Amino acid sequence: MEPTLKTDIAVIGGGPAGLAAAVAARAAGAERVLVLEREPVAGGILNQCIHDGFGLVRFGEALTGPEYADRFLRAAQEAEVQILTETMTLELTAERRLTALGPQGLFAAEAGAVILAMGCRERARGAIQIPGTRPAGIFTAGTAQHYLNAQNLMPGRRALILGSGDVGLIMARRLTLEGAEVLAVVEKLPYAGGLARNIAQCLEDYDIPLYLSHTVTHIEGKQRVERVTVARVDEAGREVPGTARVYACDTLILSVGLIPENELSLKAGVKLSPVTGGALVDEDLQTNVPGIFACGNALHVHDLVDYASAEAEQAARSAVAFCRGEAALPPGIPVRPAAGVRYVVPFFARPGSRPLLSLRVSAPAGPGRLVVKAGEQVLAARKFTRLLPSEMARLTPRLPVPPGAAEMEVLVSDA
Amino acid sequence: MPEKEMRCIICPAGCVLRLSYDADGPALLALSGADCTRGREYAEQELTDPRRTLTSTVKVRGGRFPLVSVRSAAPLPKHLLRPAIALLRDLWAEAPVEAGSVLLDDILGTGTPLLATRAVPSQAIKSAMIAL
Repeated sequence: MEPTLKTDIAVIGGGPAGLAAAVAARAAGAERVLVLEREPVAGGILNQCIHDGFGLVRFGEALTGPEYADRFLRAAQEAEVQILTETMTLELTAERRLTALGPQGLFAAEAGAVILAMGCRERARGAIQIPGTRPAGIFTAGTAQHYLNAQNLMPGRRALILGSGDVGLIMARRLTLEGAEVLAVVEKLPYAGGLARNIAQCLEDYDIPLYLSHTVTHIEGKQRVERVTVARVDEAGREVPGTARVYACDTLILSVGLIPENELSLKAGVKLSPVTGGALVDEDLQTNVPGIFACGNALHVHDLVDYASAEAEQAARSAVAFCRGEAALPPGIPVRPAAGVRYVVPFFARPGSRPLLSLRVSAPAGPGRLVVKAGEQVLAARKFTRLLPSEMARLTPRLPVPPGAAEMEVLVSDA
Repeated sequence: MPEKEMRCIICPAGCVLRLSYDADGPALLALSGADCTRGREYAEQELTDPRRTLTSTVKVRGGRFPLVSVRSAAPLPKHLLRPAIALLRDLWAEAPVEAGSVLLDDILGTGTPLLATRAVPSQAIKSAMIAL
């Protein structure tokens, strides 16, 4: 199909990352910026996240999701970003040609640079293999949130929540306020997946128990969920015999993790990390495919939307520089997560650069130091009192990557 | 002198605050564990008059979406959250709803208005397709 649309920057996804990227691309001098958004309105998941607490880092105030999105929607309008809603991007090629389906039908577009901002998906029951029957009444937390906050549908009356991710905690409170009984939140790991403030204001405020090192071992019910069995698990995640408890309930909410959405990226030849599920980007957030950049939850799952927006702005500046034909640089050296660190984004960094590192620890840590090394040289060392796997740490090394270094390492040390 | 621990909910850092306080009053006597000054403000507030921002939804007539998301313009006394939510159950907004518009002047005598947090234009979505 002949491209009917030509644009400097195409942003796939109009959520918080995509909108921030589009506005930043215009600010960096891109003339034509196009956002392709699947939903009838841009804003992404923020539109159903009606609770407050967004924007504390960026704006210094606790906005609700829709309010946070609105700031970027207004900025996008002022910056004359073109947002195509109800438009599903079907294909992206390594040559940065896109095929999409919108209200006017199928069309093709050609972009100087592409920014991947598709966000993430929730892990569902299939991903965690809970034995039992397959009745109605099992929802991911985001689906339950959509029912309640967007469609005015009550997902259930007596609910159990598996997984202590933030959306699950938020839904515990939301369901309770809307008149449902939330029996417990059950977390397989010995520590919570969500932010401490959400444990406090969503569970403790409403006396909802949180059972750590517990999981759902069985689901019963013919048409609808009737009973859910919960048991304690040992350190290896195996059920501890004799600890099973049966809850009579009609709803099971799953908040068991998020996976970056990258089907389009794969088709374009973008290589993904098996750890983050997002693209293997360099310090400019460029993927292995020249001219294709990634940011937000499509790159790695963020704890705060504020950081997803900031990352998107960085990707946009890099994408605009690429469009201007700024000379391609030699590939960087690997950035490797070492002791205590689960992942680090970016995955590559060029000598001479001081990349902003986003990382997560593999288990609760602290007090200690976050250390960035290249060979024996320490590029950064930062003290911290505590770091949880639910929090993203961000760190820019004080010293640039030295020339001749073979790799960079990021690790947690005790001292 | 009673002591207690609470989790600061002002920002994502979630500091663990350790308070000692005078139960008459009650009044905060000493505080540790806060990484910033907002921790003390929170501890004092939480000890004397705990408040939370109310966020929920209100039904919309003639709108493109069936609901509009709402918030209290300021935090409400914690014990009023459930009564306030019950109040919203019978409330309807008429489309179009502007973001930031006042849907209730005064939530339960607190003097705090209820605000729409997003715009809901008139008209229903033409297709029945429900986008998840």
